[in-house]
Amino acid sequence: MEKTVDVFFFGKKYSVPASLTIMIAMEYAGYTLKRGCGCRHGFCGACATIYRIKGKNELKTCLACQTQVEDGMYVASIPFFPTDKRRYDIEALQADQQVMAQLYPEIYSCIGCNACTKACPQNLNVMQYIACAQRGDFEGCAALSFDCVGCGCCSVRCPAGISHPHVGLLARRLTGKYIVPKSKHLEKRVQEIREGQYDALIEQIMQKPITEMQELYNSREIEK
Amino acid sequence: MLTPEMTESIKKVEETRAQRMQCEPVRMSAAEKDALLKQYHPDYRDKGFTEIAVGPNRGQKVPAELGALLHAESRLKGHAPDPEQIDIDVDVLVIGGGGAGAAAAIEAHRAGAKVMIVTKLRIGDANTMMAEGGIQAADQENDSPMQHYLDAFGGGHFAAKPELLRKLVMEAPEAILWLNELGVMFDKDENGRMITTHGGGTSRKRMHACKDYSGAEIMRTLRDEVLNLGIPVMEFTSAVELCKDGHDRVTGAVLLNMETDDYLVARAKTVILATGGAGRLHYQHFPTSNHYGATADGLILGYRAGARLLYQDTIQYHPTGAAWPSQLHGSLVTEKVRSLGAMLVNRDGEVFMHPLETRDVAAAAIIRECGDRNKGVDTGFGSGVWLDTPMIEQIGGPGTIEKRIPAMLRMYLNYDIDMRTQPILVYPTLHYQNGGLDIAEDSSVNGVPGLFAAGEVVGGIHGRNRLMGNSLLDIIVFGRNAGKAAAAAAKETAPGKLSLDHVAAYAKELEAAGVHSEAVSPLLLPAYARHSRGGAQ
Repeated sequence: MEKTVDVFFFGKKYSVPASLTIMIAMEYAGYTLKRGCGCRHGFCGACATIYRIKGKNELKTCLACQTQVEDGMYVASIPFFPTDKRRYDIEALQADQQVMAQLYPEIYSCIGCNACTKACPQNLNVMQYIACAQRGDFEGCAALSFDCVGCGCCSVRCPAGISHPHVGLLARRLTGKYIVPKSKHLEKRVQEIREGQYDALIEQIMQKPITEMQELYNSREIEK
Repeated sequence: MLTPEMTESIKKVEETRAQRMQCEPVRMSAAEKDALLKQYHPDYRDKGFTEIAVGPNRGQKVPAELGALLHAESRLKGHAPDPEQIDIDVDVLVIGGGGAGAAAAIEAHRAGAKVMIVTKLRIGDANTMMAEGGIQAADQENDSPMQHYLDAFGGGHFAAKPELLRKLVMEAPEAILWLNELGVMFDKDENGRMITTHGGGTSRKRMHACKDYSGAEIMRTLRDEVLNLGIPVMEFTSAVELCKDGHDRVTGAVLLNMETDDYLVARAKTVILATGGAGRLHYQHFPTSNHYGATADGLILGYRAGARLLYQDTIQYHPTGAAWPSQLHGSLVTEKVRSLGAMLVNRDGEVFMHPLETRDVAAAAIIRECGDRNKGVDTGFGSGVWLDTPMIEQIGGPGTIEKRIPAMLRMYLNYDIDMRTQPILVYPTLHYQNGGLDIAEDSSVNGVPGLFAAGEVVGGIHGRNRLMGNSLLDIIVFGRNAGKAAAAAAKETAPGKLSLDHVAAYAKELEAAGVHSEAVSPLLLPAYARHSRGGAQ
C-alpha cells in the first residue's frame, strides 16, 4: 500500500498518496479543476496556492503543480487575484525613471517588509527588483524578475498594494525594447528579405524535385 | 530518493563521461533513421489509430482518441441555444488565447477591426507559455532562409506544404524583430548579437532564446500588449460549435461559459481558430508536456464545419520528457539541454545516438533503448535513459545551467535533484500535433470561407515532424498573418445569418455511416477527477 497523508482542501479532509503534487491530489480527491490549473508544469502561474501545516504558524505560498503534499496541510487555491495592470503605449514610453513613477507610483510606498520575496514560489528576490524599479534600474529589475510566472503570490501579501508582476513586466519590456543594444545583423537580414533578395533563391529551392531535396538534405554541412 | 539501481547506473555514466566528451557521436544515415522510425516510433503502431468514418478525410488514419472525438455527438445536441439571438457582435472573433491567438488579435486590431478573444482558461494558459528552448530564424551571416527551409523540409520528411514553409522561413527574421520591438528580451551578447544555438536537425545555429523561458517571455509580452490595446478577452469561455450562414461561410460561434455553464452566441464576420494542440488526449497513454486545455477542440469544430485535416496521423513525442521523479512525469525537459551539450546515455553509461537528431528519431531511439535493447533505467512506473546534464557545466563552464536553463534547474531542485552534478532520467512525452487544419498561405482554412486558423491547430507547415523552435515561430508568423487576413476579409463581409445546420448535417453523416457514440465533443477539459465510487453525472 502506498503511503498516504491527510490534507485539507478548503478545510475538508482527504487522504491522498504522499507522492502527489497538490494539484494531482485535488484531482485524486475528486475535484474537476477549472480555475487554479493552467500549464501544470510551473510556467503559467495559474495555480497560486496558500497553505499552512497544522500546528505551525507560518502561512506559505506555492504553485500547486510544483509542490508535493504534506501531512496536515491546509490548502486553499487562489482562483484569481485582482492585480492592477496599467495600460500604456510601449512605443510612446521612454526608459527613464519617470515611467515607473507615472505608471506604478505605489512602488514608492514599499515598506520593505519583504513579504513579497518570502511569498515567491520561484524564489525570486521580489523586493529587490521593486527597489531596482524605484531607482530606474530597469535592467536590474528585468534580470531579477525574469523568471516570474505571474502567479501573484507576492501581490497577495503586499501591504502597499503593489502589483509586482506587472512592474517586472514593464521593466523587461523597456529593457528588451530600449536598453539592450539592437541586433544589427537581424535588422540587416529583415531588410534584405524586404528588398526581395531571397525571393528567386527560395523559389528555386521550392521547385526542386523531392529526390534532389533529399540529396541536398542528407549531404548538407552542419555547423560545428 | 534514487533507487540503488539508479545510483549504480549514475556511477557508470560518470565513469564514461570524460571519454564521451572527447568525440562527437555519429549521426544516423537516412536509411537507418527510416528503419528506426518504422520499428519504434508510436506513429507506426497501428493499434493506436482508427479510421475516420465521415467528412473530407473519410477513410484516413487518425489517433484513436482523436477519432473518438470526431465521431462523438455535438455538445449542443438536443439543447442548442437559438443562434440568431446574438450576445456578442464583432468583426473578428479569435478563439484561443495562446501565442497565435494573441498575435492574431494584435494584428487584427491594428488593421482596424473590432476584435475579441475568447479562451477556455486564461489568456496565456497555452502551450506557448511552456515552450522553453527557443525560436528559429535565419538571421546570422552564415545562414539563409533557404538553409532554414532545407532543414525544416528534410526534418519534416519532405512533406511540408512548400508555400507555407516558405512563408515561415522568409518571415522568421521579421517575427523576431517584431517581438524584440514589443520588448521581448532575447539572449544577446553585449553588442546586440543574438546568442543562437543548434536544435535537433538544424544545420546552422539559429535558435534564439530567452533563457529557457522563451515561450513564457513571448507569451507574457503578447498578453500585455493585448491588454494595452484594450482588446476584450473573455476568459473561461470555450467555443463549442462554429456557426455558418446556412451555406459555406462561417459567421460566428456558440460559446460556453465554463463556470456557469451558460451558452452565448458570438456573431463575427470572420473567425480565427487558434485553439492549439491535443496533448491532453494522451494518445497511446503517453504523458504529455502540454497545458491543461490541449484537447483538440479546434480540430473538432473545424472538421464539423467542413475543414480538411492534414497529417492528422503524425504526432510529435518530445524525446526528453521527465521520466523521474513521479511528480514531474511527462514534464518537458527542453531540447536546449542537448543544444548546450548534454548527451543521451543508457543504463550502462553508453551513448546510443547523436543528441541532436530530429525529435521523431530521438524519441524512437529512446523507445528502442528502453524497449528491445533493455538498456533503460527502471523508474518504478516505467523506464528512462540518462540525459547527462553535468556535461553542460564542463563544456560551458560552471554556472552555465543556472544562466541558460534556470527553469530546468528550478524544476528539479524542487525535488532535491541538482542537474548540475547529477544526470536526469528522460523518456518521450506527447508534445505536439504535427498535423491539423489545412490552410492556404493567407491562413484561411481551405474550403471554409470566413474561417482562418493559426498555431498548433494548423497542419502542413512542418510536414510530418516539426523541428525545435519552428512552433514558436509559426504561431507568430501565421498568427499575425491570420489576424491581418481575417481583418481584411471582415472589411468586405457583411454579418451573416447564424445557423447550426452543418452540425446537424454532420450528425446525419455519422448516423448514415453507422457510427454511434455516447461521447460528446469538443472535450474542453481532460477527465482527471478520480471518483472512486462512481459519482453524479
